[in-house]
Amino acid sequence: MKVWLNGKEVETAATSLTLLTEELDLPVEGVAVAVNNRMVPRSQWADYVLTEGVHIVIIKAACGG
Amino acid sequence: MAYERYERQMLLPEIGEEGQERLRAARVLVVGVGGLGTPISLYLSGAGVGRLGLVDDDTVGLTNLHRQVLYTEADVKKPKVRVAVEKLKALNHEVEVDTYDFRLTQENAADIVGRYDMVVDACDNYATRYVLNDVCAAQGKPYVYGAIEGFCGQVAVFCRTAGSKTYRDLYPDEAAFRRMPSPFKGVVGMTAAVVGCVQAHEVLKMVCGYGDVLDGRLWTVDLRTMQSYVIDL
Repeated sequence: MKVWLNGKEVETAATSLTLLTEELDLPVEGVAVAVNNRMVPRSQWADYVLTEGVHIVIIKAACGG
Repeated sequence: MAYERYERQMLLPEIGEEGQERLRAARVLVVGVGGLGTPISLYLSGAGVGRLGLVDDDTVGLTNLHRQVLYTEADVKKPKVRVAVEKLKALNHEVEVDTYDFRLTQENAADIVGRYDMVVDACDNYATRYVLNDVCAAQGKPYVYGAIEGFCGQVAVFCRTAGSKTYRDLYPDEAAFRRMPSPFKGVVGMTAAVVGCVQAHEVLKMVCGYGDVLDGRLWTVDLRTMQSYVIDL
């Protein structure tokens, strides 16, 4: 399945957001994920079913000022 | 009041004379006068915000100068708020500037935030952000969040109304964030400049009442690719 990840089209076998974060080897803490410009709380990642062509944005937390 | 200095922004129908009066009446707290606090305090002073509060317990260091352009080599080792107030008053003597040369803490935050209409976050750690967020939520004060790392930055407005999103909607797990390792300190000055200016402009929008405020929306930018998003929380 093809999805958009931070503006780039990528092929993924993941069917949920949790599986996608594992596939991408993202850190467990310090990231937020949005799908189609809406934030998806971490508590919903496991049940969030990915569909062809969705736009996913991974946001890395930052604390600099 | 001598409005000549504000002529170019008052020409904008979004601001005008009424907006300028509102700016003069506005009281804005800037927490941190480093990379983000530099453009925030400079541009809010330039715009004629009536009262600015500056909180920072740090002194100027040589490694600050590439991005904290409020300061010069001659200011190294001097307290940031003391130097900042001189520079800002030199830019615009009409602005009243209060300085707090200590850290914002759970104990003193409510008292200090209570003296202002809104808060701009220019601090450098997660713990202070949770404190600021909770105090702003309790007092119903807009919290203009901003953070940077490397070439990336993010801005959002929280706590603007009783139903508004808060920093905890963006990053709910405070305990996990307090556990995170020391952040990477690499950053270019331009990241601070771009992100701080966006924060300062959110203040202008709220004070003068124009545009679509980033209320409950997160703006992100990566200056390497110029990719930018506005995400609903």
